[in-house]
Amino acid sequence: MDIRNLKDRIASRVMCTLCMAVVGLAFLMAFGLFLKARPVLSLRGIFNVLFSVTWHPTQGHFGLASFIMGTLWVTGIAMLFAVPLSICTAVYISEYAHRRTRTLIRPVIDVLAGVSPVIYGVWGVIAIVPIVRDRLMPFLSSRFPFFPFASDNYTGYSALSAGIVLAVMISPVIISVTESVIREVPLGVREASLALGATKWQTVKHAVLKKAWPGIIAAVMLGLARAFGETIAVLMVAGCALGFVTKSIFDPAYPLPALIANTYGEMMSVPLYDAAIMLAAFILLAVTAAFNMVGWRILLRIEKEGFSDG
Amino acid sequence: MSLSAFVTVAVLFWLLVTVFAKGLPALNLDMLTKTPRGGYYIGKEGGILNAILGSLSLGVGATALALLVSLPVVLYLHVYLKKLSKRAFIVRFFLDVLWGIPSIVYGAFGFTLMAFFGVRASLLAGTITVAFLIMPIMTRSMDEAFKMIPFELQEACFALGSTRLETAVRVVLRQARAGIVTAVLIAFGRGIGDAASVLFTAGFTDSLPYSLFKPVATLPLAIFFQLGTPFPEVQQRGYASAVVLTVIILAISIAARVFSKKYLKHIER
Amino acid sequence: MENKPHISVRNLNVWYGEHKALNDITIDIPDKKFTAIIGPSGCGKTTLLKSFNRLMELQDGVRTTGEVLVDGEDIYGPKVEVTHLRRKMGLLFQRPQVLPTSIYENVAYGLRIHSGTDRKLIYTTVQRYLKEAALWDEVKDRLYEPAAKLSLGQQQRLCLARGLAVEPNIILGDEPTSALDPISAERIERKLLQLKDKYTIVLVTHILRQARRLADHVIFLYMGNLVESGPAKDFFENPRDRKTRAYINGEFIEEPAA
Repeated sequence: MDIRNLKDRIASRVMCTLCMAVVGLAFLMAFGLFLKARPVLSLRGIFNVLFSVTWHPTQGHFGLASFIMGTLWVTGIAMLFAVPLSICTAVYISEYAHRRTRTLIRPVIDVLAGVSPVIYGVWGVIAIVPIVRDRLMPFLSSRFPFFPFASDNYTGYSALSAGIVLAVMISPVIISVTESVIREVPLGVREASLALGATKWQTVKHAVLKKAWPGIIAAVMLGLARAFGETIAVLMVAGCALGFVTKSIFDPAYPLPALIANTYGEMMSVPLYDAAIMLAAFILLAVTAAFNMVGWRILLRIEKEGFSDG
Repeated sequence: MSLSAFVTVAVLFWLLVTVFAKGLPALNLDMLTKTPRGGYYIGKEGGILNAILGSLSLGVGATALALLVSLPVVLYLHVYLKKLSKRAFIVRFFLDVLWGIPSIVYGAFGFTLMAFFGVRASLLAGTITVAFLIMPIMTRSMDEAFKMIPFELQEACFALGSTRLETAVRVVLRQARAGIVTAVLIAFGRGIGDAASVLFTAGFTDSLPYSLFKPVATLPLAIFFQLGTPFPEVQQRGYASAVVLTVIILAISIAARVFSKKYLKHIER
Repeated sequence: MENKPHISVRNLNVWYGEHKALNDITIDIPDKKFTAIIGPSGCGKTTLLKSFNRLMELQDGVRTTGEVLVDGEDIYGPKVEVTHLRRKMGLLFQRPQVLPTSIYENVAYGLRIHSGTDRKLIYTTVQRYLKEAALWDEVKDRLYEPAAKLSLGQQQRLCLARGLAVEPNIILGDEPTSALDPISAERIERKLLQLKDKYTIVLVTHILRQARRLADHVIFLYMGNLVESGPAKDFFENPRDRKTRAYINGEFIEEPAA
């Protein structure tokens, strides 16, 4: 075999190994974190860790439930704002907007996607927290003194603030995926609907969106995964109060990623503390990976099969 | 409907305006060229050069490492593997999964590796962790760029008697060069702006980066820590850092767009 | 008149996944003659052509059985070095595929990878084949400009020069003029006719008139099957198969009732 083919063969081996390393990385991460987390699992058991609200590391209590709740609150609020806004924007961009508007909006979304999370946190602190603290909280809390508005937290650092900031952060993901899914809906579908005399809005609502909805679900799942894992921006505005169970949008929240981030300094000093934190990281890995896998599977299926006619 | 689009755009402007409004006044030549004096959390003098240089060196290092993996993987997927091959599907699938994993998890993983190898918080540890973080983004962006190259071009090379390596390196890579640049820029922007991955792994310091094995300051963490102090002067430094980081990221976004447009024109000939 | 065939195909079957593209093809391509492969679109003409230089195997799910003998040797044999085989044949695509480099580097590409880098030798070779492809005068002042700037007709001539530069013995063409304007198409045809003396040429075309103009030998494929083949004169004047007659006359080919 001559040298050209030899080089080709060697290169092939090297590249293939790198590909396998990439796949291996995912497994390595999951495995590594799980290994580190095992001590606390074997001591406390998975149910205790997941559902207990007692978080007292020095006394050996590692209940993650309050943090999981915090994550759910913040993520829930974020999705509430982001999903309708993003879907509408995506529909607008792909169906209604002029070419020129489209070329203006797309870069904006790209930039929003690229902004550092810390900057979002800064914005949250400067702009959102005061609004929540000075306007929203007094107003809503006094008018509707019940769940989910009643709260004793007057600082403005709350689940709502974090939810709003997070909503802006995940919108680009949802918008771009939804937009590309809508664009994949074949022109024939729209033409058929319009030819029957439907209005543009009816076409969009009944024909286009109906076809595109699995893709939209996928987009939402990807956004959800992103929301689950966002750390620093949320940390800066959510309040992060230990020992507090969030019961209102104005209460402080302490989501799981923020927990991991905040305790990195103290982790090594208390036994099993690091295992608990690694477990929290593992849970995040598992949940986000699961949502991502489902979301991508849906999107891949759409890409392969297109949209069935009918 | 158009209202929601308008809101999206408006929010971006709101964000930029607030950050710049708070930060620009604090920005001066001193800020950019000096390191903090008088201790990190309470020092009232000096600037943020430590963080600027730290972020840049970590970003460049991580991007270079990621490129070493991304480029061969993408070339393999496009030239060595057939389009519908099972292996290609698996690799792409896992790349997408890796892309979706939160940066804090990368940070935690980096931390476990550090403990395993006995390495302390340092430029090296931070660079490797961020390289892990941005590699999937870089690879998938490049992958999308390569997808636009018609298969006939490869066929033409093979018809001349090229090996796969020659086709990949001499022709396909050349054809995709603008797309590669875009992917690198996007990944760099992501790496330089992330705080959660460097929180555990890069540490923090007042000094300029001078050793791979010592902790290094990064802009995102600088912002985070500085804004967390009760001292207005330090907070001002925080806002200034925020402006610098935003400017860097905006510049990268614009550059990436320019290259991506160039690439599209080039492909469509 | 019948000299040794340059390419001999024996019982060639090609599958694309589940779809059988070529069915038990046995045919000879005569040496140093112009052979045209004709037939309606999608009938396996390109598949057959690309089986000669083993370009088919680059695609997904392709399976091949049978033999293709070039200069007496089965190219699908286990010991065959595919890069050397492909060098023996030049292929012109329907849409000219120029490499993303300069005009000079396009032609030089094959030389660089196969024979090393003697600069003067490469320069003289590039010049010679650009002249051979009737492109030299048009590009000699801008050799180092990107090849993409050339017109389509010029690009196809560049691809011809590039293919000739590796000194093949066979030229394969997959409808190489169908994307070109009539003037460029004519130039390519004329050039191919001139090259017939030195190379064996196999051209896939769906333009019957082109086949009439150029071919010494014709092969007619329909739905992956070999219908008829033979010297061009006999083929066009006295077609033996009913389907051939229908095709030549521009009629729909009807399948006999089962």
